[in-house]
Amino acid sequence: MRETAPKLTPEQYERNFADIAPPLTRQQALLEGARCLFCYDAPCIQACPTRIDVPSFIKKILTGNLKGSARVILSANILGQSCGRVCPTEVLCEGACVLNREGEKPVEIGRLQRYAVDYVLENNIRVLHAGARNGKRVACIGSGPASLGCASELAQRGYEVVIYDKNELPGGLNTYGIAAYKTRAHESVREVKLVEDLGVKIHQRVEVGRDISLSELEAKFDAIFIGIGLGETWALDLPGEDLRGAFGAMDFIERTKKEPFHKVDVGKRVAVIGAGNTAVDVATAARRLGAEWVAMIYRRGEREMPAFKYERELAQKDGVTFMWNTQPVRIVGNGVVEGLECVRTRLHGDGRRARVEPIPGTEFTLPVEMVVRALGQQPVLELLRSVSGILIKDDCVVVDPDTGQTGNPKYFAGGDCVNGGKEVVDAVAEGMKAARGIDAYLRRAS
Amino acid sequence: MADLSINLAGIRSPNPFWLASGPPTNTGGQVMRAFEAGWGGAVWKTVGEPIINTVSRYGGIDLGPQKLMGLNNIELISDRPIETNLREIAEVKRRFPRHAVVVSLMVESRREVWHDIVKRTEATGCDGLELNFGCPHGMSERGMGSAVGQVPEYTTMITEWVKEVARTPVLIKLTPNCTDVARMAEAAAQGGADGISLINTLNSVMGVDLDTFAPRPAVRGWSSHGGYCGPAVKPIALHMVSACAKRVRIPISGIGGISTWQDAAEFLALGATSVQVCTAVMHYGFRIVEDMIDGLANYLDAKGFASVNDLRGRALDNVRDWGELDLNYKIIATIDPAKCIGCHLCYVACEDGAHQCIEEYPAGGNGGMRVPRVIEDECVGCNLCALVCPVESCITMTEVETGKSPMSWNDLMKQGGQSPGCALPSGD
Repeated sequence: MRETAPKLTPEQYERNFADIAPPLTRQQALLEGARCLFCYDAPCIQACPTRIDVPSFIKKILTGNLKGSARVILSANILGQSCGRVCPTEVLCEGACVLNREGEKPVEIGRLQRYAVDYVLENNIRVLHAGARNGKRVACIGSGPASLGCASELAQRGYEVVIYDKNELPGGLNTYGIAAYKTRAHESVREVKLVEDLGVKIHQRVEVGRDISLSELEAKFDAIFIGIGLGETWALDLPGEDLRGAFGAMDFIERTKKEPFHKVDVGKRVAVIGAGNTAVDVATAARRLGAEWVAMIYRRGEREMPAFKYERELAQKDGVTFMWNTQPVRIVGNGVVEGLECVRTRLHGDGRRARVEPIPGTEFTLPVEMVVRALGQQPVLELLRSVSGILIKDDCVVVDPDTGQTGNPKYFAGGDCVNGGKEVVDAVAEGMKAARGIDAYLRRAS
Repeated sequence: MADLSINLAGIRSPNPFWLASGPPTNTGGQVMRAFEAGWGGAVWKTVGEPIINTVSRYGGIDLGPQKLMGLNNIELISDRPIETNLREIAEVKRRFPRHAVVVSLMVESRREVWHDIVKRTEATGCDGLELNFGCPHGMSERGMGSAVGQVPEYTTMITEWVKEVARTPVLIKLTPNCTDVARMAEAAAQGGADGISLINTLNSVMGVDLDTFAPRPAVRGWSSHGGYCGPAVKPIALHMVSACAKRVRIPISGIGGISTWQDAAEFLALGATSVQVCTAVMHYGFRIVEDMIDGLANYLDAKGFASVNDLRGRALDNVRDWGELDLNYKIIATIDPAKCIGCHLCYVACEDGAHQCIEEYPAGGNGGMRVPRVIEDECVGCNLCALVCPVESCITMTEVETGKSPMSWNDLMKQGGQSPGCALPSGD
């Protein structure tokens, strides 16, 4: 990079990336839990993709039955701890809390959930148990939330499950792709142990299709679950994307999760292209790593911004500049990024479908040393295309919505590769649904 | 502003708020600070032969985030020498001549011992005596406290002994740990008591430590039943005060879970002349009396009562035997779908805990939300749904005109009628 932001002290990094929602103390948990009305047929349950019985786990916190509380959570969602930290609760459980309708602050369900699961993780208490082995074997490709959800559910139903994953650490995007102030990589990895405790074998650094073939998997396993998520960040197809200092969002986030913060170089001035939740993760991470000026470049307007309100407020609080109706034209530089040339736009039509028209003569160049594309991720098509019968539509694997079964009956799929990129909790829910689908399929077959 | 001053059997105080006999009235320093804070009177912590206390002494029960919904203690009467107490009482009385200083007494059940303590105590210039026939723990094992208050004959006898020599009004503090507290009130009146105070604390074990199996409050792993008080006991106290007020003519000082002016006003409305407070002061300090006075005065003004005495007994006549209640009075619940927040607590309460008269009404609420709806023909008007609803005035109980004139169970029996529940089907 032409000019990197000055490094911070270790204390500054830790402060900047400290838990944005710190763990609750016992007293806080009891006070917050007591606010729950214990609704019957509660809307927070309906709002959770994994249907965690929220009033029940909160009641158990209040009675001091933390083991039981964690069981309620984990039996519905093996990544209940992560989800308590990374879920956009404002649009899920907490958004549905009836207290909102009374004009009150909703119960902090996410933090209470983390409180309960932290207890069993920290004290090594097992709350889930593997079912008696039924002799059937299932392979999961990828060790992200979808596969972990699928594997844990299958293991509890008596299946022998083996997970193959190409990365060094398990957990997929939950380990590598979540803003560090929401959760750290080691915490995601710690949670994976819950799945291993159920007897699930996880093989890291094994890439299916390269280190082990699909035909080998098909021969060894009765069913295969695909939870490979998505791949690289989409390219912009702009001149200058190959300059040093131009990154994809996922690569950048991954470095903040894999490496010590002081080893992650960041430009003094940074342009983030895109205005979704991932773009916010990038922009806030850049600021917290010490970048002096960070702008989010979005070709549509403020109203069209796809990031959740909570995420957008985070960016605002971090002092990120929003540049609406601004479209990147090319990345300028000689070997290294020196600037981002943009043009102003106007919209024809409404919302995110509106046609974007650059306004000629409004070109300008932002002097930046770093440009990060945050435009969503590309599908991993090679592997998917090598499975016969699997249908891909709009870059997503087509599955039976009730069972997660693909066009090839032996293959099931869930998570980002099916939904195009949603939340951790959606991936877990789809993985678990596929597990039930696999169970029904293999019962029928036997 | 309404006149808050009272005169209870000759004991005058600038307002009806007295500190009950207990830890807050243990010393002259405390009582004087209390008077400065606004308390109208104080019943001195029970004076008698000094005792030895245990540690710990108190146990609490919380309700969710609300601390000390209930408090219990195994503390005994004053552990200070009688002379020290009497000297401080005299000093307080000298400094606060217009405040009520009542001295709680408990000594062994011998006539001359009672005579002696009464004379010595009255020499302080105190305004009255309160005989502690109520303490349910410790002292009762030694034949004092509730051991006296649970036997009407003892209550009458000792009251008579005291009245033989007392020159100031004598109140008898009654224990709720008996089958019929009004019978004890009668016994006190029969002995010549000038008034009664109730309720003293209820026998209780506060809980068990599930790791050590030590009951609370624990004294080296053991406990003993203690006296229970605090907001949790208020309904019991209200009943007992009203029962006594209906039975005896002597004035009553109401005690039991009073924390606010509303609590106090309810006791007054059921027949009490003054109220006594202890747990709330132990929790929050003497300062709580400020809002008690302010709130009560504002309430009286708003109601147009010139004096707090106009409130006394206002609700007493409305406490009746069940057999007098109108069986033809009908109310039903109405749920306001615009206020409903969709917690469905009323639904499950009625379905599982009452009479199955609420149904789910899909898309009946705000923004097409599913809300519960009362099946009016089935509703028995029990109140449960309105009690569990977390939203103010979302569920209201509305009177339904039945066209029938009032009819109580007693009326029905007088007319030789039959219980509707026992009526045989007519066959047509």
